[in-house]
Amino acid sequence: MTLVDPIISVRGLVTRFGTQTIHENLDLEVRRGEVLGVVGGSGTGKSVLLRTIVGLNRPAAGRIVVLGEDTGALGDEQRRRLQGRWGVLFQGGALFSSLTVAQNVEVPLRGQAKLPAALRAELAALKLALVGLPAEAGSKYPSEISGGMRKRAGLARALALDPEILFLDEPTAGLDPIGAAAFDGLIRNLQQALGLTVFMVTHDLDSLGAICDRIAVLIDKRLKIGTMADHLKDDHPWIRAYFHGPRGRAARGG
Amino acid sequence: MGLGSLRTTLEGGRLIVAASGAWTIEGAAALDSALRPLPSAGAKGIAFDLGAVTALDTAGAWLVERTRLLCQARGLSFSVSGAAPAFAPLIERVAALGLAPVPPVQAGRGLTDFIAQVGQAMVAVLLQARDMVAFFGAVVVALLRSIRQPGRIRLVSFISHLEQVGLNALPIVGLMAFLIGIVLAYQGVDQLRRFGAEVFMVNLVGVSVLREMGIVLTAVVIAGRSGSAFTAQIGTMQVNEEVDAMRTLGLDPLDVLVLPRILALMVALPLLTFFADVAAILGGALMASVLIDMSLPSFLNQLRQAVTLTTFWIGIGKAPVFAFLIAMVGCFEGLRVQGSAESVGRLTTQSVVEAIFLVVVFDALFSVMFSYLGI
Repeated sequence: MTLVDPIISVRGLVTRFGTQTIHENLDLEVRRGEVLGVVGGSGTGKSVLLRTIVGLNRPAAGRIVVLGEDTGALGDEQRRRLQGRWGVLFQGGALFSSLTVAQNVEVPLRGQAKLPAALRAELAALKLALVGLPAEAGSKYPSEISGGMRKRAGLARALALDPEILFLDEPTAGLDPIGAAAFDGLIRNLQQALGLTVFMVTHDLDSLGAICDRIAVLIDKRLKIGTMADHLKDDHPWIRAYFHGPRGRAARGG
Repeated sequence: MGLGSLRTTLEGGRLIVAASGAWTIEGAAALDSALRPLPSAGAKGIAFDLGAVTALDTAGAWLVERTRLLCQARGLSFSVSGAAPAFAPLIERVAALGLAPVPPVQAGRGLTDFIAQVGQAMVAVLLQARDMVAFFGAVVVALLRSIRQPGRIRLVSFISHLEQVGLNALPIVGLMAFLIGIVLAYQGVDQLRRFGAEVFMVNLVGVSVLREMGIVLTAVVIAGRSGSAFTAQIGTMQVNEEVDAMRTLGLDPLDVLVLPRILALMVALPLLTFFADVAAILGGALMASVLIDMSLPSFLNQLRQAVTLTTFWIGIGKAPVFAFLIAMVGCFEGLRVQGSAESVGRLTTQSVVEAIFLVVVFDALFSVMFSYLGI
């Protein structure tokens, strides 16, 4: 595994639900240390792509290699080890509602690393502080905290094992603009401090401009990958409408 | 890349900790137990040498930082040297979070904790009983209001619940009652045979089914089937904020959710009980013909001598009361759901347990009342 190798590589991916084809021969390479944003219209299969890469959906065809491991050909033990090297933040945070916030963060520490209780509590507190949650939030239940805090807590759980890759599904959806900007900053900051690679599905044009190194547009069942500048020159009607629309212009400060 | 390890040497009263390998979460458990006792080992200070560390994550950085905090608390000197340029920012960042070490867990104080728990559980039960009485009052008020203004009754919702809790419950209630009839008849014949009085098994089946078994068992099945469904339905609506949406639209959840369910069950349960009575007696009749060769007409003839219409009405008369209890508890627990999916599950279980408990308690009260009245 060398640095030039892509950290995630998807080749010829086909996903289908029944007769409906979501992705057709989709290719994707994510480089180590970059923040990749995935955009696309509603229902084009952005979240499906994320779920397929982390193994929640089985692709109909294609090869997905993450951190040098072919995810289609892993045994249970190898898969578990690979899962420890990535973290996933779901849209609503997906915290376990029967556990406190701190216990939620401890779940991966308990399962994967088998740490003593005191160290587990310390590391959970550390992750919560790292994502900017106050110490007293740890003892609360997910239903007792706000949506933004739930997302931060979900991020702390995703970071619990110091993963190399972070998958984010619409991290700023449902946050107010200030909260969203703060969350963007947090992701950028953590990405740099912890050397993460971030794969982010988003609708938020501000996040795209602010923190993404490259942007992948999911269109016609495939991905068009490039920087913001590349996409601005593209004359595909959907991409034009997306980046040149009133919101796109506002996000670029134009 | 080996897991993290450390070697300690004492130099001039200071403990030199030579760290090597990957100081990451995989090896953190071993490092934790090696590092935790060091600050209290009696040295004047601790000096970390991170020169041979190949990888460092937040867990490793925390172990270094925690040792610093423990040294600081004991007034010992502390230093870190040899950290690779890539690692220093992470250690600084973790230090900047301002966390405190967590002491290792001590075993709980058994007896006092136990007594405290008993006390808390007791208070919780009493508070809940108070809330349930308050809810009972609110339901009665809503019922009286809808008698005065029948337009408030949600007819469509009522009919739909009637189908769900009544019609759709027929197969399970019928099967259960039929089998209970068979069991009672079988056991009755077995015991009465000793006295040569097998024929009185008809009395046994008739009286016990009509007075007690028919209604109580139907109520238990319905508590498990419909009471739990009420809690889960209303509870899920609570989680989705549908109940709040209703309130903001000027709809009273009591009118929209609770009354149709209570009324539907109060209509359905007597009918189901009648159905269960018939099925159980048929089960008894079947066993009578199999075990003691008694024909259906002579079974019915014996049954007519054994039971009166009063026996039947005593059973059926309890049905609306039990139905009210089951539906009220189901709705009450559903409305108590707060926030999470976990609380839907917990309160659904609780709703079934409470409903069955109340059914049995009220059945006992009815028995006492009837014996006073001499029925």
